[in-house]
Amino acid sequence: MLTANATGYVGSRIKRREDPRLVTGNGNFTDDLTPAGTLYLHMLRSSHAHAKIVSINTAAAKAMPGVMAVFTGEDFKKELAGPIPGVPFGSVQAVPAYYPIATDRVRFVGNIVAAVVAETRGAARDAAEAIEVEYEDLPVVIDMEKAVKDGATLLHDEIANNICTEIELGNDVADTFKTADVVVEHRFFNQRLVPNALENRVALAEFHPGDESITLTVTSQNPHILRTLLSGEIGIAEHKVRVVAPDVGGGFGSKIATYAEEVIACIASRKTKKPVKWTETRSESFVGTIHGRDNIDYIRMAATKDGKITGLDIVAYCNMGGYMSLLGPSVPVLCGVIASGPYAIPNVHFKAICVYTNTTPTDAYRGAGRPEATYMLERTMNMLADKLGMDPMELRRKNFIQPDQFPYFNVLALNYDSGNYEPAMDKALQIFGYDEFRKTQEEARKNGKYIGIGQSTYVEVCGLGPGSGMTISRGYDCAVVRAELTGKVTVFTGVAPHGQGQETTFAQIVADEFNIPIEDVTIKHGDTEMTPYGMGTYGSRGTAVGGGALMLAVNSVKDKAKKIAAFQMEANEEDIVFEGGKFTVKGAAGGKSITFQEVCLKAYIDPKMAPVIEPGLEATRYFEPGNFVFPFGTHLAAVEVEPETGDVKILKYVCVDDCGKQLNPMIVEGQIHGGLTQGIAQALFEEAVYDDNGQLISGTLMDYALPTAADLPHYTLEHTVTPTTVNPLGVKGIGEAGTIASTPVIVNAVVDALKPLGVTDIQMPLRPEKLWKLIHNGGSGNGSAGADTSVVEQHFGEDNK
Amino acid sequence: MIPSAFDYSTPASLDEVLQLLAEEGENSKVLAGGHSLIPAMRLRLAQPEKIIDIKALRPQLSYIKEEGDLIKIGAMTTYYQIETSDLLKEKAPILPEAASVIGDVQVRNWGTVGGSLVHADPSSDLPSVMLALDAEVVLKSTKGERVEPVSSFFAGILQTTIEPDELLVEIRFKAPGGKKSSYKKLPNKASHYSVVGAAAVVGVADGKITDAAVAFSGLAEIPMRFDALEQKLVGVATDEASIAEACKGCASGVDALEDLHGSQDYRRAMADVFAKRAILAALSK
Repeated sequence: MLTANATGYVGSRIKRREDPRLVTGNGNFTDDLTPAGTLYLHMLRSSHAHAKIVSINTAAAKAMPGVMAVFTGEDFKKELAGPIPGVPFGSVQAVPAYYPIATDRVRFVGNIVAAVVAETRGAARDAAEAIEVEYEDLPVVIDMEKAVKDGATLLHDEIANNICTEIELGNDVADTFKTADVVVEHRFFNQRLVPNALENRVALAEFHPGDESITLTVTSQNPHILRTLLSGEIGIAEHKVRVVAPDVGGGFGSKIATYAEEVIACIASRKTKKPVKWTETRSESFVGTIHGRDNIDYIRMAATKDGKITGLDIVAYCNMGGYMSLLGPSVPVLCGVIASGPYAIPNVHFKAICVYTNTTPTDAYRGAGRPEATYMLERTMNMLADKLGMDPMELRRKNFIQPDQFPYFNVLALNYDSGNYEPAMDKALQIFGYDEFRKTQEEARKNGKYIGIGQSTYVEVCGLGPGSGMTISRGYDCAVVRAELTGKVTVFTGVAPHGQGQETTFAQIVADEFNIPIEDVTIKHGDTEMTPYGMGTYGSRGTAVGGGALMLAVNSVKDKAKKIAAFQMEANEEDIVFEGGKFTVKGAAGGKSITFQEVCLKAYIDPKMAPVIEPGLEATRYFEPGNFVFPFGTHLAAVEVEPETGDVKILKYVCVDDCGKQLNPMIVEGQIHGGLTQGIAQALFEEAVYDDNGQLISGTLMDYALPTAADLPHYTLEHTVTPTTVNPLGVKGIGEAGTIASTPVIVNAVVDALKPLGVTDIQMPLRPEKLWKLIHNGGSGNGSAGADTSVVEQHFGEDNK
Repeated sequence: MIPSAFDYSTPASLDEVLQLLAEEGENSKVLAGGHSLIPAMRLRLAQPEKIIDIKALRPQLSYIKEEGDLIKIGAMTTYYQIETSDLLKEKAPILPEAASVIGDVQVRNWGTVGGSLVHADPSSDLPSVMLALDAEVVLKSTKGERVEPVSSFFAGILQTTIEPDELLVEIRFKAPGGKKSSYKKLPNKASHYSVVGAAAVVGVADGKITDAAVAFSGLAEIPMRFDALEQKLVGVATDEASIAEACKGCASGVDALEDLHGSQDYRRAMADVFAKRAILAALSK
């Protein structure tokens, strides 16, 4: 447990220590690094979504000034030890070989067909334009539901029906639906999103011919995992591979996977014996970095007539893209395990069908599966409430898992350790002024205004993860805490913060625990040569898991410090207490004590200790939690739709989140603000749109709408505190909660605003034109196939008749 | 991103610029603020052989002045200079208003009015404002100078009637005097260019509109005005309902632009809405 010390850093709104360097241009991003002699790499990417490569002529490119090497598929394959790996899941597990450079066929626009290494970026790009590729177009597969039909064009000849895998969770729901008083069902589309981290991906590979080792400096969220995977791709043993993630400018999940460009950079460096750098452009990022979401979700919910939910059944089509990215099918798993959310539903069934299409591969994007689950669940809750004539919040209250039901097994896979949902809901309702606003809404409707209220009560599973709960790998992290000779403390963590603020929060913990100024603490991360094996930062695990390891290491250092203090004061170790920055002998007359700094000095230099105590004062500890953590909360929003244009104005947004103990409320708020913004943006703005030819038509920031501050409301943030005992800090991840909760809030609000027109659903994103059409056509043509119940029914067979 | 290779020159005087244009205008692009040209070059959508950087002309071609009944704006005047010009705030406030909703601070600090007009992006804000002001552009070449009304200058998407040997040096228009004006736009959520924007310059007397110029950006391939609308507005009372009625269907039959951010139908409908809003905003001033 945390120690309450006079330093009082934990729980304070300390400004992020990493910000001054980042905002003054003193950060150290991968593209800032250019060792002497660096060569530049440029990718030639396919402009065809699905085609055979008939021929590639690189002669002209190779002859151009400054060109050092040109790689194409078959030749490049010989340099590889293995293809780009993906982690399979489920019952089918069809994983095609994904080579960094396409060999005979391209499967999405952006698929790399050749790579050029040259002395300058310009020369590399010029040469890439001089490569002649002859393609023979194949039928393009974009629609997942068509892709799985017999006779559909196959992306990978050996993979039947384009199905990557199927994942099934839960219990049998057939009887529940047969006997239900009420059933609602719908088809939702959770559109494809482009992560758009502020910093694009960059890879700088430096092969060291002397010992045949390699250093890859790269924009990674998990350098250790990447090092292991990279070793298998390029055939250099792990102990000769160093991966460094310096300052990383955001990732949102898009920097978890191992990518073709990193492999090509490494091999290009090995071939040329020079540093080779690849810097992604924004245009490349749109097609070459993973996308998120892109699910078609069929959902049905059964309930008694008084609003007790008895069953939930989901069939989700999940778009994997042209190949399987590292965690492609893991995302639907994260959707499935939390599909029933915060509600006590006795019968729940979830099936995901993961499908290959001629699109950019998908992988984890902020929330990863949990936003998809929360979206369809929270939208369906409102549909059920409508059908029952209940207020949506009363329906939620009625179905919450009750405090005395924890730990709660949710039928699908998870054991929720803790939770207390009603207080958060009550607080949100009170701050929002829910009942009064209903009256305001009624008045506004009389005046022809379209005002709506949206709701979402969510629970998230994060803090990935417990060894027992993860089928891929153990889920620990590590920390080294080194008290230096001068009493300063250096921490090496296995997590890889890239915006989450652990350089601050971890320093707060260490400074409080040792009762030293925060300036005396440095947090190091991101270099496989510096830290023991850590899993990195994703799945809101940095503090929940990495912070746990830090606490264990801090306590181990304290234990040794006590031993030293006891020796120095000729006392028994058991009699030493550490308080106020001093080690004191319990009950000793005259208050015999020694400071933390004195102990540090003695630890390294005192010759008297030589025979008894090993020198140094540091500890390496791993922490592997026994369970995930389950943050939760209630979000509410009010919106107004402008009838003339269909534009949505968010009038207010209130959220009450529970992430347990808050180490730094300002950082918590920052994470929630960012999360809300991305979640709201999915509801209103963002969408990766492919045309029938597989061209990404929202492939630039001129067409793909990222949110700006001007588009967003003031957020009112509050919290409840329900600590978890899963980790020593009592914390639950908060990096993704805002994204998970907010998307359905906005859609629920807009649907509620247009309810007088008979609107029941609108497909995201809620572009002004869609809403304008609904208003001007009196509610018809709402763009969702959900109106056709026969389409929904066929996904659940006959058992709900 | 790296543009394809190009020659680059920085002529020191207007004569030198015109000489270069006379010699190599066909394969050259003039670089002023660069906020349209450079992105196009980096994406390699534009691959000019030669760049004529006219930065040396900035002192000479950055001005906003009144001469007789004409307001004259030098082609290299930035959006920021327009946005903050006291003369324009007094004599043609629609220009500072419109300039203030262009892009972001960086764009407004660098982008130039001449560049905007020559680039002729149909969704840009200033071309329609200049059209509503009945502005003229002054085009120079070694052969001399010609003046062309903005109404015939725009020829299509990213196309104007400027000749390869010509440089746009000035934009001028009669100060709208006692007329009222405003620019309102529906921004594209991604780029914040206009999906549809409307620039309205209206005369009003005795509670009725006496004359109106309404020009649209984003609606079609070039900035557009509609005689029917402007005639219909004459004599219309200044209340919202009357103006809305007059604007109704103003763009019907127009071959509107169409993209992710708005279909043809939507753009035409937004022309009604933003014409009304611009006129009402003008009248409220």
